[in-house]
Amino acid sequence: MRLTLKIWRQENASAQGALQTYDLDGISADMSFLEMLDVLNEKLQGEGQEPVAFDHDCREGICGTCSLMINGEAHGPEVTTTCQLHMRSFNDGDTITIEPWRADAFPVVRDLIVDRSAFDRIIQSGGFISANTGSAPEANSVPAPRDKAMRAFNVATCIGCGACVAACPNGSASLFMGAKITHLGELPQGQPERYSRVVDMVAQHDHEGFGGCTNIGECASACPKEIPLDVISQLNKDLRDAMRMGL
Amino acid sequence: MASTVDVSGNTVLTTPPNQQSDDAHGYYTLGEKIADTKAPAGPIKDRWTTHKMNNRLVNPANRRKLDVIIVGTGLAGGAAAATMGEAGYNVKSFCYQDSPRRAHSIAAQGGINAAKNYKEDGDSTYRLFYDTVKGGDYRSRESNVYRLAEVSANIIDQCVAQGVPFAREYGGLLDNRSFGGVQVSRTFYARGQTGQQLLIGAYQAMERQVAAGTVTQYTRHEMLELIIVDGKARGIIARDMVTGAIETHLADVVVLASGGYGNVFFLSTNAMGSNVTAAWRAHRKGAYMANPCYTQIHPTCIPVSGDHQSKLTLMSESLRNDGRIWVPKKAEDCTKDPRDIPEEDRDYYLERIYPSFGNLVPRDIASRQAKNVCDEGRGVGPMVGDFRRGVYLDFADAIKRLGEDAVREKYDNLFDMYERITGENPYEVPMRIYPAVHYVMGGLWVDYDLQSNIEGLFVTGEANFSDHGANRLGASALMQGLADGYFVLPNTIREYLADGPFDAIDESHPDVVAARTEVEDRIQKFLSINGTRTVDSYHKELGNIMWEYCGMERTEDGLRKAIDMIRELKADFWSNVKVLGTADSLNQSLEKAGRVADFLELGELMCIDALNRRESCGGHFRAESQTEDGEALRHDDEFAYVAAWEFGGEGGQPVLHKEDLVYTAIEMKQRSYK
Repeated sequence: MRLTLKIWRQENASAQGALQTYDLDGISADMSFLEMLDVLNEKLQGEGQEPVAFDHDCREGICGTCSLMINGEAHGPEVTTTCQLHMRSFNDGDTITIEPWRADAFPVVRDLIVDRSAFDRIIQSGGFISANTGSAPEANSVPAPRDKAMRAFNVATCIGCGACVAACPNGSASLFMGAKITHLGELPQGQPERYSRVVDMVAQHDHEGFGGCTNIGECASACPKEIPLDVISQLNKDLRDAMRMGL
Repeated sequence: MASTVDVSGNTVLTTPPNQQSDDAHGYYTLGEKIADTKAPAGPIKDRWTTHKMNNRLVNPANRRKLDVIIVGTGLAGGAAAATMGEAGYNVKSFCYQDSPRRAHSIAAQGGINAAKNYKEDGDSTYRLFYDTVKGGDYRSRESNVYRLAEVSANIIDQCVAQGVPFAREYGGLLDNRSFGGVQVSRTFYARGQTGQQLLIGAYQAMERQVAAGTVTQYTRHEMLELIIVDGKARGIIARDMVTGAIETHLADVVVLASGGYGNVFFLSTNAMGSNVTAAWRAHRKGAYMANPCYTQIHPTCIPVSGDHQSKLTLMSESLRNDGRIWVPKKAEDCTKDPRDIPEEDRDYYLERIYPSFGNLVPRDIASRQAKNVCDEGRGVGPMVGDFRRGVYLDFADAIKRLGEDAVREKYDNLFDMYERITGENPYEVPMRIYPAVHYVMGGLWVDYDLQSNIEGLFVTGEANFSDHGANRLGASALMQGLADGYFVLPNTIREYLADGPFDAIDESHPDVVAARTEVEDRIQKFLSINGTRTVDSYHKELGNIMWEYCGMERTEDGLRKAIDMIRELKADFWSNVKVLGTADSLNQSLEKAGRVADFLELGELMCIDALNRRESCGGHFRAESQTEDGEALRHDDEFAYVAAWEFGGEGGQPVLHKEDLVYTAIEMKQRSYK
């Protein structure tokens, strides 16, 4: 198939960026979206032009590195990661606009690459259970109810890609944060720090410049791992309880 | 049966092939044997306890004066950073990804083994040890493997305490499943995402230490050189991949947890960025590379769909429980719709060749036979080069027998993944699968303390060689990564650090300046060649050579040919590669150039190692060494050793150091699947 690509090019964080147009031919429907960009990059280098920089690593939908706004949708038209999107989701002759994640808290590094280190700092502020190596009790000494463990697992599948932030009109990371708070809050091991965790994480989230949640739900529909919206309700509930405790 | 169907066509030999002796190949020379691995003596079950007790301690007040560099943030590196940070050391953690959470351990699916015996099915530390040594085809070091089995139970305790959401039974206790052909259920799992959950656990523990100030994380940083001063590893040269700045980081000790090098094959199930550079730079500085040719090739991956392919995706091998593997008997049928090929024209080759095991033969055999039928021109799917590279994995019988709903319940997520990637519905059309590289058992040589032959350089996880021998069992990679990171390294490194802090060195020390200059010169060299071929085109060509001659089946002639081809390719690379852009910016072509340059050198050493090992063992199959049934045939009299290779200098020959493998707690046997 033949495509017209409009791709965001930006030299570095402080440079002015712009959309550039490229024509690309000979794309097969079996290629992944990122393989299509590989083809473009080989072509550009053959012409002496610098390749388009984009983030990617595992290419099997689990590491969370890939991060493209495709025709205005985070990860494109399917419910999956950019790396698992294939060209059969597009048609011959299509024009495809490719941009980096758009959010104040995710500044552009170069071209389609953004800085998501704010997510690491949110985890540092409380997204863990304090259990030093060697201090753990026998694993089966604390049973965890199966339904709660299942819910914990389902939300722990978050890959930290940031699509929720990119999709949110407010640039909020509430879905990302809610997933972690729900994961750890559903498990018995997570109870001792449950309320300080939510307070600290929300404070860091706001400090990083992420916006507030206004219950629009774009985040959950853009999430490639289908993290449900109710993790944000859980976050709000835990936060309210924490406030009542005076934390 | 058509007479053209031939298993392999290779000569069957039951004695070692009559080749030239060790160093007569002209490819390498023979060095001193490795005399001491620091493996303690005494009964195997007491060795680790005794050793931990004998290793000296580091006073808590001294720990914060000790700088520890850890390269890599997967299970081995992340767990080590967290644990060393908790202990109070001053840790600097490096990863090339934008966050430690993205290391490729995250992609592991199946599970993690531990000898908990929760099922009361006769499991024990000894049994896990035994299974792992046997699975590794008796090419691993028994003291290390026993220790691995011994600490396995602690890993599960630690992970549960961190909030890893393992699968549980209705009573709230942990569930297990069986895995990888062993007879007990010792595998803990979190659906098909166990690696992800374990890594997030290690990552969160590490981030907690970042907040506590004991760990400093350097993301988007790539180690490009090892600094050695007075014979000791004292730091690294790293490139900030955003600004291009070349940074010097000094420390008392350096730990490499930088993963495996399967990407030397270009196509593998590894992440795109997985590379050998950290390990290879250390190798060039004197660290031995052990058994580099031991590669695990997994039979059930989604096949290549065309020349543009960048990556292969693994699917759980549990699919072989219900799927039947076949190819057409006649090459001319290979382009037909498989549903139109009548039963009598299908070759269920595994069921035919291995009537007792059928589709459930071990990984290495299933992989090799798939290659054989495709080489005969009977592969299916798109042409890749001269051949179609795929075989059918057909669920039609299972759907008829069990009903579509039952099949859906068992394999739904895998079928969905397959359909997303291939665009074909496996409920209606047989799946196509093909083997792919996904793990390397080889790696930097380490002693019992996980220390390389360079003082102060420790190596953990897939980056070292020690625990899996010539073949790794399923659910054992996660076990080893976390064992090394949480429990082994923190207890062995203290013996070394008890002599620290070592003399302070300055960035202006001549050895430090030299390491830095080497890195800068190399980068300038890449940018100045200004040839006509892209880095990727070299990587692809190298991958093709490796896959063809150093993949599932290796021969003396093929390996010799491959070595010549790689040398030519390497010479061409250094005179004709094109790397655009600048050194002082984010430059993905430049990053790849350094990695591919190192893969070219590694590939050659892998072929030399494979050429030297004139036996078949585990994932290393030499066509000249097989039984009459086509099974791998070991030669313990000649090859019961670890091949540890010393860098021979630019243009020089590598030097082979042998470490004899001595088994006292287990008897060496020829593996049998009959």
